[in-house]
Amino acid sequence: MPAKKLNLRKRYELLTRGMGWETTHQDMDDVFPYDSFEGIKITDWDKWEDPFRLTMDAYWKFQAEKEKKLYAVIDSFAQNNGQTNLSDASYLSAIKLFITGVTPLEYGAHRGFAHLGRHFRGDGARIACQMQAIDELRHAQTQIHTISHYNKHFNGLHDPFHQFDRVWYLSVPKSFVEDAMTAGPFEFITSISFAFEYVLTNMLFVPFMSGAAYNGDMATVTFGFSAQSDESRHMTLGLEIIKFMLEQHEDNLPIVQRWMDKHFWRAYRLLALVSAMQDYMLTNSPLSWKEAWDVYFVENGGALFEDLSRYGLKMPKYHELATAEAEHLSHQVWSVFCLLGNATGFHTFLPTEEKMDWLSEKYPNTFDKYYRPRFEHWAKQKEEGTFQYLAALPQLCQVCQIPMIFTEVETDPMQLSFRVSEYKGDKYNTCSDGCKDIFDHEPEKYAQAWLPVHQIFQGNSGGATIPEVLEWYKFAPEDGGDYIGSQDHARWQEWKGADDKVKQA
Amino acid sequence: MLDKKNTVFLIVQDNEDARPIIEAVEQDNPDANIQYQPGMVRMEGAGQLVVNRETVEEQIGREWDVQELHLVLVSLAGNVDEDEDKFELSWH
Repeated sequence: MPAKKLNLRKRYELLTRGMGWETTHQDMDDVFPYDSFEGIKITDWDKWEDPFRLTMDAYWKFQAEKEKKLYAVIDSFAQNNGQTNLSDASYLSAIKLFITGVTPLEYGAHRGFAHLGRHFRGDGARIACQMQAIDELRHAQTQIHTISHYNKHFNGLHDPFHQFDRVWYLSVPKSFVEDAMTAGPFEFITSISFAFEYVLTNMLFVPFMSGAAYNGDMATVTFGFSAQSDESRHMTLGLEIIKFMLEQHEDNLPIVQRWMDKHFWRAYRLLALVSAMQDYMLTNSPLSWKEAWDVYFVENGGALFEDLSRYGLKMPKYHELATAEAEHLSHQVWSVFCLLGNATGFHTFLPTEEKMDWLSEKYPNTFDKYYRPRFEHWAKQKEEGTFQYLAALPQLCQVCQIPMIFTEVETDPMQLSFRVSEYKGDKYNTCSDGCKDIFDHEPEKYAQAWLPVHQIFQGNSGGATIPEVLEWYKFAPEDGGDYIGSQDHARWQEWKGADDKVKQA
Repeated sequence: MLDKKNTVFLIVQDNEDARPIIEAVEQDNPDANIQYQPGMVRMEGAGQLVVNRETVEEQIGREWDVQELHLVLVSLAGNVDEDEDKFELSWH
């Protein structure tokens, strides 16, 4: 009779316990030099447990199956000219922002977790991080493979990694992930696994992939959901590491709370880009940013922090402000992209009448009052041929690196929110109390930020004129500007025949 | 009505592999709120939600490994407790 199969718990235990050992030739602190300087106290690494109890053999088996499914869809999408089934080619602006802004972020997360997979002292935590490092690499690769099909037919998708390191709006995700990567391992995992993945990633992947399904983008739906299944495991890891740190020692609480406050705000600011994708770039939006925020942050985040309150952890600082901003965020971000549409790697377009009516319905307190007149004014200018892009470069927030476009939503939504700190005789501008707090706590870190606009003025970005800078970005002249009249638009019309199929104006 | 303060959820893809899981959740969690959204299905429970292996196996007529859930999983909220027989989400 064959030996009885080991149960899940036992198999996981065999994988993650007793594989490491107390080193004798070298001091343990020399072997694991990074996991103590942040002040997090761990008394027993064996208390660490992955609730999924995923073992290596199961991991490879399930990942392989996910990959087979995904690549079957990619093949069929290409063979059947799936790109022609999109709701509109202008929808691809969202995909262009995704491949340039999010895919390199996945790669950054891969590097970070590979580092943690070596440097955590506990075997269980190392294995979880190694799996996640492989996942993140898989996400970057599958996104590139999937989106490369669109690259055969549309502009602006040709060099995301080169652009990630240079472009003014891509420094927003770049600075976020590099902020985490340059911190210690516990701060990194709090930032990426908890603040980003547990608390906020649903806002990126779930409505966005559901949005792709809503706009006929089968390829994106498939890689999105394929990645998202890993994401569920990462979220669980994020919650686990928070509980683990808080259970190990009471001194860890104030450190974890501060990281939570910081990385919630950093990740939330990064998601401002997603708000514009959801409300404006998607031809058909299944869910508004505000609705997604209410469901995934206010309700679900509320339940999460209620659960964590038994450890003394509080809701992240300034979460009320983020909720108040939800009625303004996407409108402010899309406005700035429309005004700087001559310097983007994707096409911009003003919302159609139909879209504006949808926005009025979703944002009854703000859209008609503050933002519809703005878009109508620009539409009129475009019609008259008097519309002009911004000639000046925007001032950037020293921390989130987004142009200073956010306003005092709680007091006067038309007043720019502007904060200043002084450090070693220089002034540093931030967009909010959240970003100012982050700067003031570690000014020596953020004073060194690589701000794209400053770099242009310092002569480090290809030249002094917009065409020179765009060339340095490897943006081709046909990548940006208005969607109407673009090569993408012309190609779409060629396939679809009639102008009445055009959903954006 | 669900008490929103302790809602747990499980989101799966809206496909053939997920259907028996959705049906098992419906059967074993009669109060669950099940929402069909583009491409995916969101299942909410008040404080707790469980997927039982046996119920899924009854649906599909073959053995089912609880970890097969990974193939259709989109997102979740709640503390995870998983073993050979069930996958459970809860807030404490």
